[in-house]
Amino acid sequence: MTSSTGGSMPEKQPFKQVFGYPRGLTERPTHYCPGCMHGVAHRLVAETLDELGIRERTVGISPVGCAVLAYNYFNCDMVEASHGRAPAVATGIKRARPDLYCFTYQGDGDLASIGMAEIIHAANRGESFTVIFYNNAIYGMTGGQMAPTTLVGMRTTTSPGGRDPLQKGAGYPICMAELLNTLEGPFYIARQSLLSSREIIRAKRCVKKAFQLQPRGFTFVELVGTCPTNWGMAPIESRRWASENMLPQFPVGVFRDREKEGDA
Amino acid sequence: MEKLMMKGSEAIAEAAVRAGCRLFFGYPITPQNEIPEYMSRRLFEVGGQFVQAESEVAASNMIYGAAAVGARVMTSSSSPGISLKQEGLSYCAGSELPVVVVNIMRGGPGLGGIQPSQSDYWQSTKPGHGDWHPLVLAPSTIQEAADLVMDAFDLADEYRNPVMILGYGLIGQMMEPVAFREYQPREFDKSWTTCGCKGRPPNIVNSLYLDPNILEEHNHAIFQKYERMKREEVRFETFRMDDARFCLAAYGTVARICKTAIAQLRDEGIKVGLIRPITLFPFPEAVFREARVRWILDIEMSMGQMIEDVRLAVRGRTPVHFYGRVGGVVPTPDEIVRKVREMYKEGVK
Repeated sequence: MTSSTGGSMPEKQPFKQVFGYPRGLTERPTHYCPGCMHGVAHRLVAETLDELGIRERTVGISPVGCAVLAYNYFNCDMVEASHGRAPAVATGIKRARPDLYCFTYQGDGDLASIGMAEIIHAANRGESFTVIFYNNAIYGMTGGQMAPTTLVGMRTTTSPGGRDPLQKGAGYPICMAELLNTLEGPFYIARQSLLSSREIIRAKRCVKKAFQLQPRGFTFVELVGTCPTNWGMAPIESRRWASENMLPQFPVGVFRDREKEGDA
Repeated sequence: MEKLMMKGSEAIAEAAVRAGCRLFFGYPITPQNEIPEYMSRRLFEVGGQFVQAESEVAASNMIYGAAAVGARVMTSSSSPGISLKQEGLSYCAGSELPVVVVNIMRGGPGLGGIQPSQSDYWQSTKPGHGDWHPLVLAPSTIQEAADLVMDAFDLADEYRNPVMILGYGLIGQMMEPVAFREYQPREFDKSWTTCGCKGRPPNIVNSLYLDPNILEEHNHAIFQKYERMKREEVRFETFRMDDARFCLAAYGTVARICKTAIAQLRDEGIKVGLIRPITLFPFPEAVFREARVRWILDIEMSMGQMIEDVRLAVRGRTPVHFYGRVGGVVPTPDEIVRKVREMYKEGVK
């Protein structure tokens, strides 16, 4: 485990530090709500940057939404994108500097609604960057509105009676990993969840894999998480709810791994 | 220098390549398709990259990304497409990124038409959301277009701000002889770029400022650059203004039509001259304010957009009149002669 490089310590330390920030994260306190899993997802990316030794060769792209301030939390060069356009910004960066590593960090409103064209076409071109897609089925930053991934029947501030595809024409949840898996372009597509320690460890493996494979093409990891604040649940309850309701709609797994297929 | 017969769009693209542009992100729209088409073959010859973006919105965010890592980058479009590019351009201005955008205007509003029009003066000089301006260069010949494109990249880097080349079908589609000058590369500070933080703290390219006091400071800093542009970058051409009693105001190829009209009016003894703004932002205010003429006739291929800046420039001291054709109709020298002759005979003030 990488240790913290924070402020000055007293000469004789009564405690030995056994856990700290990865180098890939700054030590700024985040603005995320209690129980939110953005912090976990950030950490998985940051540990990956450390373990692969690529932090100083990486450009991260923060989205619009809850993770808009991610540029304050990742300890690498960061670019803030407009809503949904992170894959276009990443395309510009990687076409200019293919020697750099680049990742976008996007939520469900950003990636699957306003940014649908950008993600589909970047994936289809096989642009070589990594997408970290945090799916919690709701717009968090703007106060809990319906997202493209909101479950049928799920209550949000713009679907107060529950998402209703039939009577109110509110549409169905969009499954991004499956959608992108219809394209030839992507190199690696996975979905994992962050609802327990075991799931987080699995998610970490996929995040790391996505960065390792990035030089060979477009890599995408969807992370199913929660939004206790806007779901109106306690953190533990929200994890249980996600396990029971989100995972049947958004099953975890590796959908595409061109390296394993051996046809790269 | 070798002279080549070239279509305006292709001359613009070639000038960009010669000025060191190695990345182009665009989307097809008439009447500027020859720019992306030219770039799609030319850039790969010189080790560059071309992407046909999924939309103008995406293209304007691709140039944002490329500029963030210090690349010389360009996009091009036409009026409705520029509306879509306003998103990325505003972020470029807010994040202080150097980009070059070519707008080969067409008639509007809406889908409008594809014939020559100056319908985008407003959305070029007073663009999209937020307090900002691009530096806008308006060529009147293919040669000038090629020259201004080379300047545009340096101006973008100098001010870390979007620079727009503003033309229309007569610039984009017309063929004229052009000679490319030898481009002299200049050094610009790129320490702010996000190319990996080896040996330094991370850089952030961003236009989000949640603290109103800090955002206000940021707005002031951006406008200080515009004040410097107004002092150092104003460009215009005057034609037969030395003894002029009347003044025409026109930009782009409309100014060339005016020159033909002026020759005939001078033969008739009407002492008329021309001021042609080359930078539309910063606008050449002083030359209009200092012109000692009875009136100014602003001539545009629009319903009257630049006229607002002319009126602001003269501060009510000189009457400013208007003559315009729209929808893709190009005014003839004859109709300008008739208009001026009429005003002269009626003793318009």
